[in-house]
Amino acid sequence: MTWDKIVVNLAGLALIAFIVWFFWLVKAQGVKAALTSAGYQEQMVLVKGGYTPDVIVVQQGKPVRLNFVRQESASCSEMVLLPAFNKSAKLPEGETVPVEFLPTDPGEYEFACQMGMFRGRLIVEP
Amino acid sequence: MNAQSLTTGVGSDTGGRVRVELAVSGLTCPTCVQSLESALRAVPGVARATVNLATGRAFVEYDPEKTGLAVVHEAMKTAGYRVGTATARFAIEGIMCASCVTKIERALTATPGVLTAGVRVGTEEAVVEYLPALTDLAAVKAAVSSAGYQVAGAPPPMSPPAVDAEAEAREREYRTLMRQWWFGAAVGTFTMIMSYPWLFPGLRELFPRESHRLWYMWAFMGAASLAVILYSGRHFFTGAWQALTHRAANMHTLIALGTGVAWVYSTIVLLFPRIFPSSDFLDVYYDVTVVVIALVDLGLAMELRAKGRTSEAIKKLIGLGAKTARVVRDGQELDIPVEEVLVGDVVVVRPGEKIPVDGEIVEGASAVDESMVTGESLPVEKKAGDEVIGATINKTGAFRFRATKVGKDTALANIIRMVQDAQGSKVPVQRIVDVVSGYFTPAVAILAILGFMIWYTFGPPPALVYALIVAVTTLIIACPCALGMATPMSLTTGVGLGALNGILIRGGEALQTAQKLQTIILDKTGTITHGKPVLTDVLVTGAQREDELLRLVGAVEKSSEHPLAAAIVEGATARGLALPGVEAFNAIPGHGIEARVEGHEVLVGNVKLMRDRKVAAGELEGHASRLADEGKTPMYVGIDGGAAGIVAVADTVKADSKEAIQALTAMGLEVVMMTGDNERTGKAIGHQVGIDRVLAEVLPQDKAFNVQKLQLEGKQVGMVGDGINDAPALAQADVGFAIGTGTDVAIAASDVTLIKGSLRGVVLAIEISRATMRNVYQNLAGAFVYNVLGLPVALGVLYPFLGILLSPLLAALAMSFSSVTVIANANRLKRWKPRPAGEGAS
Repeated sequence: MTWDKIVVNLAGLALIAFIVWFFWLVKAQGVKAALTSAGYQEQMVLVKGGYTPDVIVVQQGKPVRLNFVRQESASCSEMVLLPAFNKSAKLPEGETVPVEFLPTDPGEYEFACQMGMFRGRLIVEP
Repeated sequence: MNAQSLTTGVGSDTGGRVRVELAVSGLTCPTCVQSLESALRAVPGVARATVNLATGRAFVEYDPEKTGLAVVHEAMKTAGYRVGTATARFAIEGIMCASCVTKIERALTATPGVLTAGVRVGTEEAVVEYLPALTDLAAVKAAVSSAGYQVAGAPPPMSPPAVDAEAEAREREYRTLMRQWWFGAAVGTFTMIMSYPWLFPGLRELFPRESHRLWYMWAFMGAASLAVILYSGRHFFTGAWQALTHRAANMHTLIALGTGVAWVYSTIVLLFPRIFPSSDFLDVYYDVTVVVIALVDLGLAMELRAKGRTSEAIKKLIGLGAKTARVVRDGQELDIPVEEVLVGDVVVVRPGEKIPVDGEIVEGASAVDESMVTGESLPVEKKAGDEVIGATINKTGAFRFRATKVGKDTALANIIRMVQDAQGSKVPVQRIVDVVSGYFTPAVAILAILGFMIWYTFGPPPALVYALIVAVTTLIIACPCALGMATPMSLTTGVGLGALNGILIRGGEALQTAQKLQTIILDKTGTITHGKPVLTDVLVTGAQREDELLRLVGAVEKSSEHPLAAAIVEGATARGLALPGVEAFNAIPGHGIEARVEGHEVLVGNVKLMRDRKVAAGELEGHASRLADEGKTPMYVGIDGGAAGIVAVADTVKADSKEAIQALTAMGLEVVMMTGDNERTGKAIGHQVGIDRVLAEVLPQDKAFNVQKLQLEGKQVGMVGDGINDAPALAQADVGFAIGTGTDVAIAASDVTLIKGSLRGVVLAIEISRATMRNVYQNLAGAFVYNVLGLPVALGVLYPFLGILLSPLLAALAMSFSSVTVIANANRLKRWKPRPAGEGAS
């Protein structure tokens, strides 16, 4: 094996390791939803190439209100689904769309666009 | 009648005072009337205030110089009552300065009926809260123009604007994508030819290999393709970057990587040819960048078009709603937009018109075509006191009704919301797909790198070129989109299909389970049968005449409160018999009734009554037992001490029940009937409709338990019943089908709601779920097979054996084509038609 092949293969392996680490091994820190005076745990979620923040931490048993604001026109993200809570909402561009639900059981739930290209996680803490 | 000006509300005989009529909510008790009246009278400037509890309206007369509507409204609010207000929001053109704001606001608040008005300079819009009872949007807007400003745009859209906006946004995106495609395609054609000039006679001589002229041409192509990247392909790169910041990867990532790598390699070749060991490496691949971007843009545009068609069902439902309503306010009929109708408004409907909102008829009668909401094809007769449903069409007569549900509370709005929610839900199989697609994109990137490494290490020379092509092709051919779209597209179409056929499916889970059902339990009363007893048989002995017997029995039963009595009276009246008066009426609990009619002593009751009164039933007993075997309830009739005959009533089977049950059996389902009646009646009805397995004498509270027992036999069980009595059983079943009627259709907490009260809906629902799930599996299989076959070919697995290596251009074509195919297949589902009734299932 010539030196260039060794370099290419080593670089390739390093790149693969990086991909595995970057996409699968690192878990993002969650953002804790703020508690409003009305008793809601509220969090603004920006929809632009993904959900920001994409990991939201809430308390069990208190109603949650996620305010989605979609700032892009790609049709992929025009809907957000929370299958665990049987909720879905259309997100017209530029409008704030609140989605409300009550997390009764602790655990990790997903929210995503209809095609699953954008994903976020909702962590319900006991 | 005092003529009132509609715009000012000032009556001619009120001495300059303004008289307004306000619809008030929260009026529940007579004392409320007192407290609200005194609260209103306490407002300085209010001359008279009367509150009508029955109509829920307050009449206020005030001096406009001393007080205003806003003050009156505030006083009502403080007293704890709410007035139905509407808020309108519209854009105003040409607001330049803060002083314009005050001017417009003043003009708005001066309009009678306007409570508050706010104008924002930043967004150039006005938000106006007004009383629709007193003014309308047109008057509000007229006020704006009277101040010298223009309300932006044409008259407000009458149809729900969100749908239009969505369609418009889609159209805009489509046009952008098409422009991007044409630009990419134009540059692409040129680039493709000039990348290989030696293939074309003429060009071969003009641009020989390694000539300066060719270098310049390629440099120009590099710049042109950069323009394509920036214009046609920018969304891939920004999308990929945004995904990366979320530690995610998607289709954009793959396309951006593939086209980016090809462009960067080509540019390096062009600028630094000396770093490559041989001239074999010195070809450019700008064509890959340009053509791939163009093709994927085209694919996205086609996808968008097809997607727009998927949500047609919702559009059709929304299109059913009426745009305007004719309401009575201040004794005048006014045409107003349907959004401004308030609960309590009296709405006038003429023949041939659409009923705008849900309500109750107060005056008049008509036949109403409810097919669009309930699926029932025959017009339904309506009279005062009956419910009418918004969006249905009034056929024959004119009537007035009081609005009970408006806006988002109407049956149609509920149906639309339910369908939208269902379309947005997930089919359980999607969960597996989600897990796969979560790993898909990074995995493809890893495969591309591995492919590069293997081809570089073991591939034929020039290894670098092969490795590069393989990596780029792999990145481009992978299509996570087809995988992601496979289920949602079919689900949206399937749920919409159901809605258009009067079947509301709650979500993907119900849809997936419905096609797996093995057993269907049908509740007897109200599901298989009408749930209402009718007169079925009249038997006479000797010289009695049927009509004469029925006339006497009807007369007796008319005074009875027994539920079966009503059926006999109705049966007698239906035969055109006039029922005479009765004397000495006596109801004997558990036995029957006796009375004197036109001098005859008439007895109606069971066999015990006959024995008590020493009436020999004789041959009638045989008839009675035969009738009972048929599931009917026979009643003996004795006249003047002799047995005269039998009348029988029964709950009759709905016209299409038998046929629907046959269809279900033909579909391979086991049909079970559940009833609270005795075994004999149950079996009799079961025999009539062709059900062998009958669960009789099931107490209402045991229905759910019986469903569970069948489930313990290891079966997927569906339960059909009405949404109220059978709710626990519906919930226990794997799929609960609620038969709904009237305006409560969408509220029932079942998996599937059949708006039309017919069993045929169950057949349709299962057929639709089967068709949809078949479509889902086709899509999933297509998407999986495509990726599973496409990726190895792109990696060059076939090369050692057949010498086949895929071009990145073909990969782009395949990739675009695959996601379009998925959507096209989902749209194919729309052509599914219910089999016409009578044909049965094959």
